[in-house]
Amino acid sequence: MDLLNGLVAFLNFVFIPAVAYGSQLALGALGVTLIYGILRFSNFAHGDTMAFGTAMTILVTWALQSAGISFGPLPTALIALPLGIAATALLVLGTDRAVYRFYRDAKAAPVILVVASMGVMFVMNGLVRFIIGVEEIQFTDGERFIINARAFKEWSGLEEGLALRTTQLLTVVVAAIAVALLFWFLNRTRTGKSMRAFSDNEDLALLSGINPDRVVAVTWIIVAALATTAGVLYGLDKSFKAFTYYQLLLPIFAAAVVGGLGNPLGAIAGGFVIAFSEVMVTYAWKQVVAYAAPGDWMPSGLLQLMSTEYKFAVSFAILIIVLLFKPTGLFKGQSV
Amino acid sequence: MTTLPDTALARPRPASTALRPVLLYLAMAVLLVGTGVLMGWNYALTVINMGLISAIMALGVNLQWGFAGLFNIGIMGFLALGGLGAVLVSMPPVADAWAAGGLRTLAGLALGVLTVVAVVAVRGRMASGRAKTLAMIAVGVVGYLVTRAVLDPGVAAIEAVNSASTGYLGGMGLPVLLSWPVGGLLAAGAAWIIGKTALGLRSDYLAIATLGIAEIILAVLKNEDWLARGVKNVIGVPSPVPQEIVLQRDPAFVARAAEFGLDPVSASTLWVKLLYLGLFAVVLLVLLTLAQLALKSPWGRMMRAIRDNEDAAEAMGKDVTRRHLQIFILGSAICGVAGAMMVTLDGQLTPGSYTPLRYTFLIWVMVIVGGSGNNWGAVLGGFLIWWLWVIVEPLGNWLFGHIISVLPPGSGLAAHLHDASAHMRLLTMGVVLLLVLRFSPRGLLPER
Repeated sequence: MDLLNGLVAFLNFVFIPAVAYGSQLALGALGVTLIYGILRFSNFAHGDTMAFGTAMTILVTWALQSAGISFGPLPTALIALPLGIAATALLVLGTDRAVYRFYRDAKAAPVILVVASMGVMFVMNGLVRFIIGVEEIQFTDGERFIINARAFKEWSGLEEGLALRTTQLLTVVVAAIAVALLFWFLNRTRTGKSMRAFSDNEDLALLSGINPDRVVAVTWIIVAALATTAGVLYGLDKSFKAFTYYQLLLPIFAAAVVGGLGNPLGAIAGGFVIAFSEVMVTYAWKQVVAYAAPGDWMPSGLLQLMSTEYKFAVSFAILIIVLLFKPTGLFKGQSV
Repeated sequence: MTTLPDTALARPRPASTALRPVLLYLAMAVLLVGTGVLMGWNYALTVINMGLISAIMALGVNLQWGFAGLFNIGIMGFLALGGLGAVLVSMPPVADAWAAGGLRTLAGLALGVLTVVAVVAVRGRMASGRAKTLAMIAVGVVGYLVTRAVLDPGVAAIEAVNSASTGYLGGMGLPVLLSWPVGGLLAAGAAWIIGKTALGLRSDYLAIATLGIAEIILAVLKNEDWLARGVKNVIGVPSPVPQEIVLQRDPAFVARAAEFGLDPVSASTLWVKLLYLGLFAVVLLVLLTLAQLALKSPWGRMMRAIRDNEDAAEAMGKDVTRRHLQIFILGSAICGVAGAMMVTLDGQLTPGSYTPLRYTFLIWVMVIVGGSGNNWGAVLGGFLIWWLWVIVEPLGNWLFGHIISVLPPGSGLAAHLHDASAHMRLLTMGVVLLLVLRFSPRGLLPER
C-alpha cells in the first residue's frame, strides 16, 4: 500500500507535470531545430514567435467566447488555434522576406543571421507587449480535470491524490498528433523529402532542381505551426505572460542542443530529458522516499537536490555537460 | 570561418574621412545638451552617467566581438558578478553572521570546489571506459552529499541572523572604489572557468552556453541569500562621493550654490552627479586608451587576423585557443568593472532587475550600431543607444498623446495606446538593430 502511495505521489508531482512540460519543450525545440537544419542559424526569436502565436490565439479565443462559441469540455483555444497559426505564419513569412532573405542571398555567415534574429526578437517582444500587454492571462476554459484528486482518493482509498488536468492530457495528445504529422510530412511527402535533402546538402539539393524559396517558405509555415501549438499548450497548461515565453527560449535551446541541433528526433528526446531533469532535480523527494522506505522511517530533510528557482540552471548544466562530452548532442546533430 | 559581415553586405559608402567621428560625437553631444535644455540637467546627467557605464560595457563586448569575433551573450552574468563584487568589498561585514556560520559555509564551498577538482582529476587521470565513468559519478555524488551536509547548516545559520535587514555575511567594509577592479577580477575569474570549458565550442554553441551560464550566475545571486541577500536586495551600498544630505547641511556648499543661483537641494543632486560623471569619465578614458593601444599593437593585429581566418592564423603558429581565452577574460573583466560601477551608482544590488534583454542584448545593439571592431564606435554606440533607450518612452508618450487627442475620447483604442507606449523601447531597439545591420552593417564608425 505504501509503495502504491509513493507511486501515485511520483506520478502526480513528477511524472505527469514532466511529461506535459516535456511535450511543450519538444514542440518548441522542433521549431528551433528545423530552422537550424534548413535555414542554418539559431533563431533567438523563437520564444517570442511562440508568444506572438499564443497572443493571436488568445485574441481569437476571446472573440469566440464573446460570440458564445465553446468547444464543450475542451478549451475554446483549440478552435482558435488554426487562426493563430495562420497569423503567425504570415508574420514569420513577412519577417523572412524583410530580414532573413537578404542575408541568405548574400550568403552571410550564420552568426550574422543570429544577430539579425536578436533584432527580430526585440521587435516581436515589443509587438506582443504592444498587442496584449504584459499581464498574466489565463485563457483556459471547459472541463478542468479529467481525474480529480479528491475523487481519486475516494475511489482508490489511498492517502495520496492523483490529479490529471484536461490541459495536461490535451498537451500530450496534441503534441503527439503534431509530431506524427510532422514526421509523416518529412518522410512521406515530396515537399518534406525535398526539405530533408536541402538540410543534408544544400548544393546537391539545388542541383537536383529543388526550389529553395519553396523549401524555406514551407519551413517557416511549419515552424509557425509548431511554435504556436507549443505556446498555446504551455499557456493552457500554465498561463500566458509575454516575459515567461521569452524565458522559455532557454530550456528550448537546451532541449534542441542536447538532442543534437538539426535532428528532429533529438529535439523530442531533448525536450523530455530537459523537462524530466528540471522537475526531478527541483522536486522534494521526502514524501515519495518515505513511502518507498520500509517501516515508518521518514527522511529528515526535504531531499530536494536544488531549490525550484534553479530549474533554468539545471537545464543549462545538462546542456553544458552534453556539449562538453558529446558536442553534437545525444543524437547526431549538424554543425555549421 | 569569418564572423564579420561579408564585404558583399556592405553598401558602397563615401570614403570615410577623419571628420566622421568628430561630427558624430558632436551630434551626440548636441543630443545630450538638447536633453538637458528640454528635460532638465538633473535628468540629462542621469542619462550621461549611465551612458558612460554603457560605453564601458560596449567596450568590453567590442573587445570580444569586434577584435576576436567571440559571440558572448552572457554579458548580464558578468555585470551581475561585478555588482556582487561591489557588495562584497564595500558593505560592512556582519559579525554575527560570520560567527554563526561563516567558516562552516566557507568550508562547505571549499569542499564543493574540491569535488569539482576531484572529478576533473579523475577524468584526466583514469583510462577511458566504464570504470572511469562510474568513478566520476561516485566522486561527484559523494562530494555533493558531503558538501551539502557541511554547507546547509552554515547557510541556515547565516540567513537566520536578523534576516529582515542582514541575513548575509556582508562585505569587507573597504572603500567602494576598490570594488571596481575587484568586480573586474571576479568577472575575469568566472570568464576563465567558462572560457576553459566553453571556448572550444562552435560559435552558436558558445552563444547558447554563455547565455545559459549568465542565467546560472543570476540564479545563484537570486537564491543564495547568505551571499548577497538574494532577491531581498542589498541596499545602501556606500558611495564614493559625498551624499546629497551631507552637502545640504554644509554651510559652505549652500553658500557656493547660492552664488550660482541654485537652491541647496538641486545644487547637491547636480554636484553629486557631476562627481560621478568625473569618476566614470576617468575610468572610460583609461579603458578606451588601453583598448586603442591594444588594437594598434601587434597583439591587436594578431587578434584580428585570428578573427578573420582562424585556420590561417593557426597555420602561422598562433595559439588560437589561448588567445581566445585571453580576450574573453579581458572583455568580461571590463564588463565586471562596469557592473560594479553600476551598483555603486545605484547604491544597491537588485538581482531581480537583471534581464538579458536589457543587460545583454541591448549592449550588443550598442556595439553593432556603433561599429564593431572600432573602440570609438563602441563608445559612441553606448551613448547613443542608451540615450535612445531612455528617451523613447517619453517620446512615445508624447507621440501617442497626440494620436490619442485626435481619437474620439474614451475609445478603447485610445486607452490601449496609452498603455502600450511603455513597450515602444523594445520595438525601437529591434528596428534600429535590424536597419543598421542591413544598411550599414559595419556600424556608424566602421573598423579601419
